[in-house]
Amino acid sequence: MNDRKQSIIALGDERWRFSFWLTGIMMAIYFGFILLIAYNKPLLGTLIMPGLSLGILFGALVIVAAWVLIYVYVRWANTYYDRKLSRLHQEAE
Amino acid sequence: MNTNLGQFNPLAITFFFVFVAISLGITYWAAKHTRSTSHFYTAGGNISGFQNGLALAGDYMSAASFLGIAGLVALNGFDGLIYSIGFLVGWPIVMFLIAEPLRNMGRYTFADVVAFRMRQKPVRVASAIGALAVVCFYLIAQMVGAGNLIKLLFGLDYNLAVLIVGGVMLAYVIFGGMMATTWVQIIKAVLLLAGTILLVVMVLAPFGFSPTALFEAAANKYGDAVLAPGKQVSDPLDAISLGMSLMFGTAGLPHILMRFYTVPDAKAARTSVMYATIFIGFFYLLTFVLGFGAMVFVGQDAIKAIDAGGNMAAPMLAEVLGGNAFLGFISAVSFATILAVVAGLTLSGAATLSHDLWVNVVRHGSADENEQFKVARASTLVLGAVAIVLGIVFKGQNVAYMVGLAFAIAASANFPALVMSMMWRRFTTKGAVSSMLVGTITSLVLIYLSPTIQVTILKHASALFPLKNPGLISIPLAFAVGIIVSLASPEHRAEEKFEEEHRIHAG
Repeated sequence: MNDRKQSIIALGDERWRFSFWLTGIMMAIYFGFILLIAYNKPLLGTLIMPGLSLGILFGALVIVAAWVLIYVYVRWANTYYDRKLSRLHQEAE
Repeated sequence: MNTNLGQFNPLAITFFFVFVAISLGITYWAAKHTRSTSHFYTAGGNISGFQNGLALAGDYMSAASFLGIAGLVALNGFDGLIYSIGFLVGWPIVMFLIAEPLRNMGRYTFADVVAFRMRQKPVRVASAIGALAVVCFYLIAQMVGAGNLIKLLFGLDYNLAVLIVGGVMLAYVIFGGMMATTWVQIIKAVLLLAGTILLVVMVLAPFGFSPTALFEAAANKYGDAVLAPGKQVSDPLDAISLGMSLMFGTAGLPHILMRFYTVPDAKAARTSVMYATIFIGFFYLLTFVLGFGAMVFVGQDAIKAIDAGGNMAAPMLAEVLGGNAFLGFISAVSFATILAVVAGLTLSGAATLSHDLWVNVVRHGSADENEQFKVARASTLVLGAVAIVLGIVFKGQNVAYMVGLAFAIAASANFPALVMSMMWRRFTTKGAVSSMLVGTITSLVLIYLSPTIQVTILKHASALFPLKNPGLISIPLAFAVGIIVSLASPEHRAEEKFEEEHRIHAG
Protein backbone atom coordinates (compact mmCIF):
# COMPACT_ATOMS: atom_id res chain seq x y z
CA MET A 1 0.00 0.00 0.00
CA ASN A 2 2.75 2.39 0.98
CA ASP A 3 4.74 1.22 -2.02
CA ARG A 4 1.91 2.24 -4.29
CA LYS A 5 1.77 5.68 -2.71
CA GLN A 6 5.49 6.08 -3.26
CA SER A 7 5.11 5.00 -6.91
CA ILE A 8 2.38 7.57 -7.46
CA ILE A 9 4.51 10.30 -5.91
CA ALA A 10 7.43 9.21 -8.11
CA LEU A 11 5.19 9.40 -11.17
CA GLY A 12 4.01 12.85 -10.06
CA ASP A 13 7.65 13.93 -9.73
CA GLU A 14 8.23 12.67 -13.25
CA ARG A 15 5.42 14.98 -14.39
CA TRP A 16 6.97 17.90 -12.52
CA ARG A 17 10.35 17.24 -14.17
CA PHE A 18 8.82 17.10 -17.65
CA SER A 19 6.83 20.27 -16.88
CA PHE A 20 9.99 22.10 -15.78
CA TRP A 21 11.68 21.24 -19.05
CA LEU A 22 8.76 22.48 -21.12
CA THR A 23 8.42 25.62 -18.99
CA GLY A 24 12.14 26.28 -19.43
CA ILE A 25 11.91 25.89 -23.20
CA MET A 26 8.90 28.23 -23.40
CA MET A 27 10.66 30.82 -21.24
CA ALA A 28 13.83 30.56 -23.34
CA ILE A 29 11.88 31.10 -26.56
CA TYR A 30 9.80 33.99 -25.25
CA PHE A 31 12.56 35.82 -23.40
CA GLY A 32 14.88 35.25 -26.36
CA PHE A 33 12.31 37.12 -28.43
CA ILE A 34 11.95 39.84 -25.76
CA LEU A 35 15.75 40.22 -25.49
CA LEU A 36 15.94 40.71 -29.26
CA ILE A 37 13.27 43.40 -28.95
CA ALA A 38 15.23 44.97 -26.12
CA TYR A 39 18.75 44.82 -27.52
CA ASN A 40 18.63 44.16 -31.27
CA LYS A 41 15.79 46.13 -32.82
CA PRO A 42 17.48 46.52 -36.26
CA LEU A 43 17.68 42.74 -36.67
CA LEU A 44 13.92 42.37 -36.05
CA GLY A 45 13.29 45.18 -38.53
CA THR A 46 15.05 43.27 -41.33
CA LEU A 47 12.64 42.51 -44.16
CA ILE A 48 12.88 38.93 -45.38
CA MET A 49 10.32 39.61 -48.10
CA PRO A 50 8.18 42.65 -48.89
CA GLY A 51 5.79 43.19 -45.97
CA LEU A 52 7.33 40.55 -43.69
CA SER A 53 9.89 41.61 -41.10
CA LEU A 54 11.85 39.14 -39.02
CA GLY A 55 10.07 40.60 -35.96
CA ILE A 56 6.59 39.71 -37.19
CA LEU A 57 7.74 36.26 -38.31
CA PHE A 58 9.40 35.52 -34.94
CA GLY A 59 6.35 36.86 -33.08
CA ALA A 60 4.03 34.51 -34.94
CA LEU A 61 6.50 31.67 -34.37
CA VAL A 62 6.45 32.28 -30.59
CA ILE A 63 2.67 31.67 -30.66
CA VAL A 64 3.18 28.56 -32.80
CA ALA A 65 5.90 27.35 -30.41
CA ALA A 66 3.44 27.67 -27.51
CA TRP A 67 0.99 25.47 -29.45
CA VAL A 68 3.66 22.88 -30.23
CA LEU A 69 4.87 22.64 -26.61
CA ILE A 70 1.29 22.27 -25.37
CA TYR A 71 0.70 19.56 -27.96
CA VAL A 72 3.82 17.71 -26.79
CA TYR A 73 2.70 17.93 -23.17
CA VAL A 74 -0.90 16.84 -23.82
CA ARG A 75 0.28 13.89 -25.87
CA TRP A 76 2.70 12.80 -23.16
CA ALA A 77 0.15 13.26 -20.39
CA ASN A 78 -2.76 11.63 -22.22
CA THR A 79 -0.79 8.55 -23.14
CA TYR A 80 2.15 7.90 -20.86
CA TYR A 81 1.10 9.66 -17.64
CA ASP A 82 -2.61 8.83 -17.55
CA ARG A 83 -1.98 5.19 -18.46
CA LYS A 84 0.66 4.71 -15.81
CA LEU A 85 -1.45 6.47 -13.18
CA SER A 86 -4.54 4.39 -13.86
CA ARG A 87 -2.43 1.22 -13.72
CA LEU A 88 -1.14 2.25 -10.28
CA HIS A 89 -4.70 2.93 -9.14
CA GLN A 90 -5.89 -0.45 -10.45
CA GLU A 91 -3.13 -2.36 -8.69
CA ALA A 92 -4.53 -1.14 -5.42
CA GLU A 93 -7.90 -2.76 -5.98
CA MET B 1 -13.96 60.13 -42.43
CA ASN B 2 -17.72 60.04 -41.89
CA THR B 3 -18.65 57.75 -39.05
CA ASN B 4 -21.73 56.84 -37.10
CA LEU B 5 -19.60 56.35 -33.98
CA GLY B 6 -20.77 58.42 -31.06
CA GLN B 7 -24.29 58.69 -32.38
CA PHE B 8 -27.35 56.85 -31.22
CA ASN B 9 -27.16 53.60 -33.17
CA PRO B 10 -30.45 51.64 -33.15
CA LEU B 11 -28.95 48.66 -34.98
CA ALA B 12 -26.12 48.27 -32.47
CA ILE B 13 -28.58 48.55 -29.60
CA THR B 14 -30.84 45.93 -31.17
CA PHE B 15 -27.95 43.48 -31.52
CA PHE B 16 -26.97 44.18 -27.95
CA PHE B 17 -30.49 43.62 -26.63
CA VAL B 18 -30.72 40.31 -28.46
CA PHE B 19 -27.49 39.23 -26.72
CA VAL B 20 -28.69 40.39 -23.30
CA ALA B 21 -32.10 38.73 -23.79
CA ILE B 22 -30.51 35.39 -24.74
CA SER B 23 -28.01 35.53 -21.89
CA LEU B 24 -30.73 36.41 -19.36
CA GLY B 25 -32.73 33.45 -20.69
CA ILE B 26 -29.71 31.25 -19.98
CA THR B 27 -29.42 32.81 -16.53
CA TYR B 28 -33.05 31.91 -15.81
CA TRP B 29 -32.34 28.31 -16.82
CA ALA B 30 -29.06 28.23 -14.87
CA ALA B 31 -30.73 29.67 -11.77
CA LYS B 32 -32.88 26.53 -11.50
CA HIS B 33 -29.73 24.42 -11.33
CA THR B 34 -27.86 26.71 -8.96
CA ARG B 35 -29.02 25.38 -5.63
CA SER B 36 -25.82 25.03 -3.63
CA THR B 37 -22.54 26.79 -2.94
CA SER B 38 -20.66 24.30 -5.08
CA HIS B 39 -23.00 24.98 -8.02
CA PHE B 40 -22.67 28.69 -7.46
CA TYR B 41 -18.84 28.66 -7.60
CA THR B 42 -18.11 25.76 -9.94
CA ALA B 43 -21.31 24.85 -11.82
CA GLY B 44 -21.16 21.55 -9.90
CA GLY B 45 -17.87 20.66 -11.63
CA ASN B 46 -19.76 19.37 -14.66
CA ILE B 47 -18.42 21.60 -17.43
CA SER B 48 -16.57 19.61 -20.13
CA GLY B 49 -12.95 20.30 -21.08
CA PHE B 50 -13.94 21.72 -24.47
CA GLN B 51 -16.63 23.96 -22.97
CA ASN B 52 -14.24 25.18 -20.30
CA GLY B 53 -11.61 25.89 -22.96
CA LEU B 54 -14.06 28.18 -24.75
CA ALA B 55 -15.16 29.74 -21.46
CA LEU B 56 -11.51 30.38 -20.49
CA ALA B 57 -11.04 32.08 -23.84
CA GLY B 58 -14.19 34.15 -23.15
CA ASP B 59 -12.96 34.96 -19.65
CA TYR B 60 -9.52 36.01 -20.91
CA MET B 61 -10.02 37.86 -24.21
CA SER B 62 -11.13 41.15 -22.72
CA ALA B 63 -11.96 44.45 -24.35
CA ALA B 64 -8.32 45.35 -23.70
CA SER B 65 -7.33 42.56 -26.10
CA PHE B 66 -9.85 43.15 -28.85
CA LEU B 67 -10.07 46.95 -28.86
CA GLY B 68 -6.82 47.83 -27.10
CA ILE B 69 -4.43 45.67 -29.12
CA ALA B 70 -6.07 46.44 -32.46
CA GLY B 71 -5.65 50.12 -31.58
CA LEU B 72 -2.05 49.72 -30.38
CA VAL B 73 -1.08 47.91 -33.59
CA ALA B 74 -2.94 50.40 -35.78
CA LEU B 75 -1.12 53.32 -34.15
CA ASN B 76 2.29 51.75 -33.34
CA GLY B 77 2.61 48.78 -35.69
CA PHE B 78 4.86 46.00 -34.37
CA ASP B 79 5.03 47.35 -30.80
CA GLY B 80 1.35 46.51 -30.30
CA LEU B 81 2.04 42.90 -31.26
CA ILE B 82 4.28 42.53 -28.20
CA TYR B 83 1.08 42.51 -26.14
CA SER B 84 -0.61 39.93 -28.41
CA ILE B 85 2.31 37.57 -27.95
CA GLY B 86 2.78 38.29 -24.23
CA PHE B 87 -0.88 37.60 -23.46
CA LEU B 88 -0.55 34.15 -25.04
CA VAL B 89 2.72 32.84 -23.59
CA GLY B 90 1.26 32.72 -20.08
CA TRP B 91 -0.94 29.79 -21.13
CA PRO B 92 1.78 27.15 -21.49
CA ILE B 93 2.91 28.14 -17.97
CA VAL B 94 -0.64 27.63 -16.69
CA MET B 95 -0.71 24.24 -18.43
CA PHE B 96 2.67 22.91 -17.24
CA LEU B 97 2.79 24.25 -13.67
CA ILE B 98 -0.69 25.12 -12.46
CA ALA B 99 -3.83 23.62 -14.01
CA GLU B 100 -3.72 19.95 -12.98
CA PRO B 101 -2.36 20.21 -9.42
CA LEU B 102 -4.75 23.12 -8.82
CA ARG B 103 -7.69 21.01 -9.97
CA ASN B 104 -6.61 18.05 -7.84
CA MET B 105 -6.11 20.07 -4.69
CA GLY B 106 -8.52 22.98 -4.44
CA ARG B 107 -12.24 23.54 -4.22
CA TYR B 108 -13.14 27.14 -5.07
CA THR B 109 -10.14 29.51 -4.97
CA PHE B 110 -6.39 29.33 -5.56
CA ALA B 111 -5.91 30.11 -1.84
CA ASP B 112 -7.19 26.55 -1.19
CA VAL B 113 -3.92 25.36 -2.76
CA VAL B 114 -1.57 27.86 -1.13
CA ALA B 115 -3.11 27.29 2.30
CA PHE B 116 -3.19 23.48 2.07
CA ARG B 117 -0.11 22.78 4.25
CA MET B 118 -0.09 26.09 6.08
CA ARG B 119 -1.94 27.77 8.92
CA GLN B 120 -5.21 28.72 7.27
CA LYS B 121 -5.98 32.20 8.56
CA PRO B 122 -2.84 34.22 7.77
CA VAL B 123 -2.48 32.62 4.33
CA ARG B 124 -6.15 33.17 3.45
CA VAL B 125 -5.99 36.83 4.48
CA ALA B 126 -2.75 37.51 2.58
CA SER B 127 -3.94 35.77 -0.58
CA ALA B 128 -7.28 37.59 -0.37
CA ILE B 129 -5.42 40.91 -0.40
CA GLY B 130 -3.52 39.92 -3.54
CA ALA B 131 -6.56 38.43 -5.23
CA LEU B 132 -8.83 41.40 -4.49
CA ALA B 133 -6.17 43.88 -5.66
CA VAL B 134 -5.97 42.06 -9.00
CA VAL B 135 -9.76 41.79 -9.32
CA CYS B 136 -10.26 45.50 -8.51
CA PHE B 137 -7.73 46.81 -11.03
CA TYR B 138 -9.04 44.43 -13.67
CA LEU B 139 -12.59 45.54 -12.90
CA ILE B 140 -11.64 49.21 -13.20
CA ALA B 141 -10.18 48.54 -16.64
CA GLN B 142 -13.28 46.70 -17.82
CA MET B 143 -15.83 49.13 -16.36
CA VAL B 144 -14.04 52.23 -17.64
CA GLY B 145 -13.67 50.51 -21.00
CA ALA B 146 -17.37 49.69 -21.00
CA GLY B 147 -18.40 53.23 -20.18
CA ASN B 148 -16.23 54.77 -22.90
CA LEU B 149 -17.20 52.17 -25.43
CA ILE B 150 -20.89 52.48 -24.92
CA LYS B 151 -20.69 56.24 -25.04
CA LEU B 152 -18.90 56.02 -28.37
CA LEU B 153 -20.73 53.08 -29.82
CA PHE B 154 -24.28 53.65 -28.72
CA GLY B 155 -24.26 57.34 -27.86
CA LEU B 156 -25.37 56.67 -24.27
CA ASP B 157 -24.22 58.56 -21.18
CA TYR B 158 -21.02 57.18 -19.51
CA ASN B 159 -22.47 56.69 -16.02
CA LEU B 160 -25.62 55.09 -17.38
CA ALA B 161 -23.46 52.69 -19.40
CA VAL B 162 -21.47 51.68 -16.32
CA LEU B 163 -24.73 51.11 -14.43
CA ILE B 164 -26.14 48.93 -17.23
CA VAL B 165 -23.01 46.76 -17.39
CA GLY B 166 -22.95 46.41 -13.60
CA GLY B 167 -26.66 45.61 -13.39
CA VAL B 168 -26.78 43.01 -16.17
CA MET B 169 -23.62 41.34 -14.87
CA LEU B 170 -25.06 41.16 -11.34
CA ALA B 171 -28.17 39.47 -12.72
CA TYR B 172 -26.03 36.78 -14.38
CA VAL B 173 -23.86 36.09 -11.36
CA ILE B 174 -26.30 36.37 -8.46
CA PHE B 175 -29.01 34.21 -10.05
CA GLY B 176 -27.06 32.00 -12.41
CA GLY B 177 -23.71 31.71 -10.60
CA MET B 178 -20.91 29.91 -12.43
CA MET B 179 -23.32 28.09 -14.77
CA ALA B 180 -24.68 31.35 -16.26
CA THR B 181 -21.22 32.97 -16.22
CA THR B 182 -19.76 30.00 -18.10
CA TRP B 183 -22.38 30.06 -20.85
CA VAL B 184 -22.18 33.84 -21.24
CA GLN B 185 -18.40 33.42 -21.64
CA ILE B 186 -18.82 30.59 -24.15
CA ILE B 187 -21.29 32.56 -26.30
CA LYS B 188 -19.10 35.64 -26.09
CA ALA B 189 -16.00 33.67 -27.15
CA VAL B 190 -17.84 32.27 -30.18
CA LEU B 191 -19.23 35.71 -31.13
CA LEU B 192 -15.85 37.40 -30.69
CA LEU B 193 -14.01 34.76 -32.74
CA ALA B 194 -16.71 34.84 -35.44
CA GLY B 195 -16.71 38.65 -35.59
CA THR B 196 -12.91 38.76 -35.76
CA ILE B 197 -12.73 36.09 -38.47
CA LEU B 198 -15.33 37.97 -40.54
CA LEU B 199 -13.38 41.21 -40.18
CA VAL B 200 -10.12 39.50 -41.10
CA VAL B 201 -11.68 37.92 -44.20
CA MET B 202 -12.94 41.33 -45.32
CA VAL B 203 -9.55 42.93 -44.66
CA LEU B 204 -7.59 40.25 -46.52
CA ALA B 205 -9.94 39.75 -49.51
CA PRO B 206 -8.58 42.79 -51.45
CA PHE B 207 -5.06 41.48 -50.85
CA GLY B 208 -5.72 38.02 -52.27
CA PHE B 209 -5.77 36.65 -48.68
CA SER B 210 -2.08 37.34 -48.23
CA PRO B 211 -1.27 38.90 -44.84
CA THR B 212 2.17 39.96 -46.06
CA ALA B 213 0.56 41.95 -48.90
CA LEU B 214 -1.48 43.77 -46.23
CA PHE B 215 1.63 44.42 -44.11
CA GLU B 216 3.39 45.67 -47.24
CA ALA B 217 0.52 48.12 -47.91
CA ALA B 218 0.83 49.35 -44.31
CA ALA B 219 4.60 49.80 -44.74
CA ASN B 220 4.05 51.69 -48.00
CA LYS B 221 1.62 54.02 -46.24
CA TYR B 222 3.51 54.65 -42.98
CA GLY B 223 7.07 53.43 -43.65
CA ASP B 224 8.91 50.16 -42.96
CA ALA B 225 9.28 51.24 -39.31
CA VAL B 226 5.75 49.98 -38.54
CA LEU B 227 7.03 46.42 -39.09
CA ALA B 228 9.88 46.79 -36.56
CA PRO B 229 10.14 47.40 -32.80
CA GLY B 230 9.99 51.12 -32.10
CA LYS B 231 9.56 53.82 -29.52
CA GLN B 232 7.04 52.02 -27.31
CA VAL B 233 9.82 49.67 -26.17
CA SER B 234 12.77 52.07 -26.29
CA ASP B 235 14.03 51.08 -22.82
CA PRO B 236 15.35 47.48 -22.94
CA LEU B 237 14.68 46.81 -19.23
CA ASP B 238 11.10 48.00 -19.65
CA ALA B 239 10.57 45.49 -22.45
CA ILE B 240 11.88 42.66 -20.22
CA SER B 241 9.82 43.83 -17.24
CA LEU B 242 6.61 43.96 -19.28
CA GLY B 243 7.41 40.56 -20.76
CA MET B 244 7.79 39.01 -17.29
CA SER B 245 4.52 40.45 -16.02
CA LEU B 246 2.60 39.26 -19.05
CA MET B 247 4.08 35.75 -18.98
CA PHE B 248 3.62 35.06 -15.25
CA GLY B 249 0.54 37.23 -14.70
CA THR B 250 -1.86 34.87 -16.46
CA ALA B 251 -0.99 32.09 -14.01
CA GLY B 252 -1.91 34.38 -11.11
CA LEU B 253 -5.29 35.70 -12.29
CA PRO B 254 -7.93 34.55 -9.76
CA HIS B 255 -10.81 34.50 -12.27
CA ILE B 256 -8.82 32.30 -14.66
CA LEU B 257 -7.59 29.92 -11.93
CA MET B 258 -11.13 29.53 -10.56
CA ARG B 259 -12.36 28.14 -13.90
CA PHE B 260 -10.31 24.95 -13.37
CA TYR B 261 -12.68 23.95 -10.58
CA THR B 262 -15.61 23.79 -13.04
CA VAL B 263 -14.34 20.62 -14.75
CA PRO B 264 -14.64 17.09 -13.34
CA ASP B 265 -10.95 16.11 -13.17
CA ALA B 266 -7.32 16.96 -13.96
CA LYS B 267 -7.54 15.47 -17.44
CA ALA B 268 -10.43 17.81 -18.29
CA ALA B 269 -8.43 20.73 -16.84
CA ARG B 270 -5.61 19.76 -19.21
CA THR B 271 -8.00 19.56 -22.17
CA SER B 272 -9.46 22.97 -21.31
CA VAL B 273 -6.07 24.72 -21.34
CA MET B 274 -5.31 23.06 -24.67
CA TYR B 275 -8.50 24.37 -26.31
CA ALA B 276 -8.15 27.77 -24.61
CA THR B 277 -4.61 28.15 -25.98
CA ILE B 278 -5.70 27.17 -29.48
CA PHE B 279 -8.56 29.69 -29.51
CA ILE B 280 -6.66 32.49 -27.79
CA GLY B 281 -3.52 32.03 -29.90
CA PHE B 282 -5.60 32.01 -33.08
CA PHE B 283 -7.38 35.18 -31.93
CA TYR B 284 -4.10 36.97 -31.18
CA LEU B 285 -2.68 35.98 -34.57
CA LEU B 286 -5.78 37.55 -36.11
CA THR B 287 -5.15 40.78 -34.17
CA PHE B 288 -1.98 41.17 -36.32
CA VAL B 289 -4.27 41.47 -39.36
CA LEU B 290 -6.90 43.53 -37.54
CA GLY B 291 -4.40 46.16 -36.41
CA PHE B 292 -2.60 46.55 -39.73
CA GLY B 293 -5.99 46.43 -41.50
CA ALA B 294 -7.20 49.41 -39.46
CA MET B 295 -3.90 51.18 -40.22
CA VAL B 296 -4.44 50.74 -43.95
CA PHE B 297 -8.21 51.08 -44.35
CA VAL B 298 -9.07 53.60 -41.61
CA GLY B 299 -5.77 55.46 -41.23
CA GLN B 300 -3.96 56.56 -38.07
CA ASP B 301 -5.24 60.16 -38.10
CA ALA B 302 -8.88 59.14 -38.36
CA ILE B 303 -8.47 56.61 -35.50
CA LYS B 304 -6.74 59.16 -33.25
CA ALA B 305 -9.41 61.75 -34.04
CA ILE B 306 -12.09 59.55 -32.46
CA ASP B 307 -10.05 58.18 -29.53
CA ALA B 308 -6.46 59.18 -28.75
CA GLY B 309 -5.65 55.73 -27.35
CA GLY B 310 -6.80 54.04 -30.56
CA ASN B 311 -9.44 51.94 -28.83
CA MET B 312 -11.97 52.46 -31.62
CA ALA B 313 -9.74 51.08 -34.39
CA ALA B 314 -11.56 47.73 -34.68
CA PRO B 315 -15.14 49.14 -34.71
CA MET B 316 -14.08 51.81 -37.22
CA LEU B 317 -12.55 49.14 -39.41
CA ALA B 318 -15.84 47.24 -39.25
CA GLU B 319 -17.75 50.33 -40.34
CA VAL B 320 -15.43 51.06 -43.26
CA LEU B 321 -15.60 47.49 -44.54
CA GLY B 322 -19.13 46.40 -43.66
CA GLY B 323 -21.16 49.55 -43.12
CA ASN B 324 -23.47 50.40 -40.27
CA ALA B 325 -24.84 46.88 -39.80
CA PHE B 326 -21.37 45.41 -39.25
CA LEU B 327 -20.46 48.29 -36.93
CA GLY B 328 -23.57 47.44 -34.92
CA PHE B 329 -22.60 43.79 -34.72
CA ILE B 330 -18.99 44.46 -33.68
CA SER B 331 -20.18 47.03 -31.12
CA ALA B 332 -22.52 44.50 -29.55
CA VAL B 333 -19.72 41.89 -29.54
CA SER B 334 -17.41 44.35 -27.76
CA PHE B 335 -20.05 44.98 -25.15
CA ALA B 336 -20.70 41.26 -24.68
CA THR B 337 -16.93 40.80 -24.31
CA ILE B 338 -16.81 43.18 -21.37
CA LEU B 339 -19.91 41.69 -19.72
CA ALA B 340 -18.47 38.19 -19.78
CA VAL B 341 -15.13 39.24 -18.31
CA VAL B 342 -16.75 41.37 -15.60
CA ALA B 343 -19.00 38.47 -14.60
CA GLY B 344 -15.99 36.14 -14.25
CA LEU B 345 -14.06 38.72 -12.21
CA THR B 346 -16.95 39.43 -9.88
CA LEU B 347 -17.58 35.75 -9.25
CA SER B 348 -13.93 35.12 -8.36
CA GLY B 349 -13.84 38.19 -6.11
CA ALA B 350 -17.00 36.98 -4.38
CA ALA B 351 -15.42 33.55 -3.85
CA THR B 352 -12.43 35.23 -2.19
CA LEU B 353 -14.63 37.34 0.09
CA SER B 354 -17.00 34.57 1.13
CA HIS B 355 -14.99 31.32 0.87
CA ASP B 356 -11.55 32.60 1.93
CA LEU B 357 -12.38 35.44 4.30
CA TRP B 358 -15.84 34.69 5.70
CA VAL B 359 -15.91 30.90 5.88
CA ASN B 360 -12.22 30.16 6.52
CA VAL B 361 -11.17 33.17 8.58
CA VAL B 362 -14.24 34.59 10.32
CA ARG B 363 -16.01 31.22 10.74
CA HIS B 364 -12.83 29.11 11.22
CA GLY B 365 -13.81 26.85 8.30
CA SER B 366 -17.14 25.69 9.66
CA ALA B 367 -20.11 27.48 8.13
CA ASP B 368 -23.22 25.55 7.14
CA GLU B 369 -24.26 25.28 3.51
CA ASN B 370 -27.15 27.72 3.79
CA GLU B 371 -24.98 30.41 5.32
CA GLN B 372 -22.19 29.92 2.74
CA PHE B 373 -24.64 30.25 -0.14
CA LYS B 374 -26.12 33.44 1.33
CA VAL B 375 -22.73 35.01 2.00
CA ALA B 376 -21.57 34.12 -1.51
CA ARG B 377 -24.49 35.98 -3.07
CA ALA B 378 -24.17 38.92 -0.69
CA SER B 379 -20.46 39.18 -1.57
CA THR B 380 -21.38 39.24 -5.25
CA LEU B 381 -23.73 42.14 -4.62
CA VAL B 382 -21.01 44.02 -2.72
CA LEU B 383 -18.47 43.47 -5.51
CA GLY B 384 -20.98 44.50 -8.18
CA ALA B 385 -21.58 47.76 -6.33
CA VAL B 386 -17.80 48.25 -5.93
CA ALA B 387 -17.34 47.65 -9.67
CA ILE B 388 -19.93 50.29 -10.55
CA VAL B 389 -18.43 52.84 -8.15
CA LEU B 390 -14.87 52.15 -9.38
CA GLY B 391 -16.04 52.51 -12.98
CA ILE B 392 -17.49 55.93 -12.25
CA VAL B 393 -14.64 57.15 -10.01
CA PHE B 394 -11.86 56.11 -12.39
CA LYS B 395 -13.51 57.55 -15.49
CA GLY B 396 -10.87 58.63 -18.01
CA GLN B 397 -8.12 56.23 -16.89
CA ASN B 398 -6.17 54.40 -19.57
CA VAL B 399 -7.70 50.95 -19.95
CA ALA B 400 -4.73 48.98 -21.28
CA TYR B 401 -2.56 50.43 -18.50
CA MET B 402 -4.96 49.24 -15.77
CA VAL B 403 -4.96 45.72 -17.23
CA GLY B 404 -1.16 45.83 -17.34
CA LEU B 405 -1.23 46.72 -13.65
CA ALA B 406 -3.54 43.84 -12.83
CA PHE B 407 -1.14 41.45 -14.62
CA ALA B 408 1.85 42.88 -12.75
CA ILE B 409 0.16 42.39 -9.36
CA ALA B 410 -1.02 38.89 -10.29
CA ALA B 411 2.50 37.92 -11.38
CA SER B 412 4.09 39.31 -8.19
CA ALA B 413 1.52 38.61 -5.47
CA ASN B 414 -0.14 35.33 -6.50
CA PHE B 415 2.12 33.45 -8.90
CA PRO B 416 5.29 33.11 -6.74
CA ALA B 417 3.41 31.90 -3.63
CA LEU B 418 1.31 29.48 -5.69
CA VAL B 419 4.35 27.96 -7.39
CA MET B 420 6.44 27.71 -4.21
CA SER B 421 3.58 26.19 -2.20
CA MET B 422 3.24 23.40 -4.75
CA MET B 423 6.90 22.70 -5.39
CA TRP B 424 9.00 23.53 -2.41
CA ARG B 425 8.95 21.27 0.64
CA ARG B 426 10.31 23.88 3.06
CA PHE B 427 7.88 26.66 2.14
CA THR B 428 6.14 27.95 5.31
CA THR B 429 3.17 30.02 6.43
CA LYS B 430 5.37 33.01 7.18
CA GLY B 431 7.14 32.60 3.84
CA ALA B 432 3.85 32.49 1.95
CA VAL B 433 2.33 35.46 3.75
CA SER B 434 5.41 37.65 3.37
CA SER B 435 5.86 36.69 -0.30
CA MET B 436 2.25 37.61 -1.12
CA LEU B 437 2.29 40.86 0.85
CA VAL B 438 5.67 41.95 -0.49
CA GLY B 439 4.56 41.08 -4.03
CA THR B 440 1.38 43.12 -3.72
CA ILE B 441 2.90 46.10 -1.95
CA THR B 442 6.06 46.30 -4.08
CA SER B 443 4.12 46.23 -7.31
CA LEU B 444 1.66 48.88 -6.10
CA VAL B 445 4.41 51.18 -4.78
CA LEU B 446 6.60 50.79 -7.87
CA ILE B 447 3.63 51.47 -10.12
CA TYR B 448 2.93 54.63 -8.14
CA LEU B 449 6.58 55.71 -8.50
CA SER B 450 6.71 54.80 -12.22
CA PRO B 451 6.93 57.35 -15.03
CA THR B 452 3.34 56.54 -16.07
CA ILE B 453 1.92 57.89 -12.79
CA GLN B 454 4.61 60.43 -11.87
CA VAL B 455 5.27 61.99 -15.28
CA THR B 456 2.22 61.27 -17.44
CA ILE B 457 -0.52 61.65 -14.83
CA LEU B 458 0.97 63.79 -12.02
CA LYS B 459 3.08 65.86 -14.46
CA HIS B 460 6.27 65.65 -12.38
CA ALA B 461 9.56 66.19 -14.22
CA SER B 462 10.92 62.73 -13.44
CA ALA B 463 9.98 59.48 -11.72
CA LEU B 464 11.73 57.78 -8.78
CA PHE B 465 11.40 54.35 -10.42
CA PRO B 466 12.53 54.31 -14.06
CA LEU B 467 10.40 51.43 -15.40
CA LYS B 468 6.75 51.55 -16.48
CA ASN B 469 6.19 47.98 -15.36
CA PRO B 470 7.34 46.71 -11.93
CA GLY B 471 7.63 42.99 -12.87
CA LEU B 472 11.41 42.89 -13.26
CA ILE B 473 11.83 43.88 -9.59
CA SER B 474 8.63 42.73 -7.89
CA ILE B 475 8.46 39.14 -9.22
CA PRO B 476 12.03 38.10 -8.23
CA LEU B 477 11.61 39.98 -4.94
CA ALA B 478 8.43 38.05 -4.07
CA PHE B 479 10.28 34.78 -4.73
CA ALA B 480 13.35 35.88 -2.75
CA VAL B 481 11.32 37.03 0.27
CA GLY B 482 9.31 33.79 0.25
CA ILE B 483 12.52 31.72 0.22
CA ILE B 484 14.46 33.74 2.83
CA VAL B 485 11.56 33.99 5.30
CA SER B 486 10.76 30.27 4.93
CA LEU B 487 14.36 29.28 5.59
CA ALA B 488 14.44 31.55 8.63
CA SER B 489 11.19 30.16 10.08
CA PRO B 490 11.02 26.38 9.59
CA GLU B 491 7.52 24.94 9.95
CA HIS B 492 7.55 21.28 10.83
CA ARG B 493 3.92 20.54 10.07
CA ALA B 494 4.04 22.16 6.61
CA GLU B 495 7.10 20.11 5.72
CA GLU B 496 5.47 16.89 6.93
CA LYS B 497 2.37 17.46 4.85
CA PHE B 498 4.39 18.02 1.69
CA GLU B 499 4.34 14.33 0.80
CA GLU B 500 0.56 14.23 1.13
CA GLU B 501 0.30 17.32 -1.05
CA HIS B 502 2.49 15.75 -3.72
CA ARG B 503 0.42 12.60 -3.60
CA ILE B 504 -2.71 14.69 -4.31
CA HIS B 505 -1.01 16.64 -7.13
CA ALA B 506 -0.37 13.41 -8.99
CA GLY B 507 -4.09 12.60 -9.31
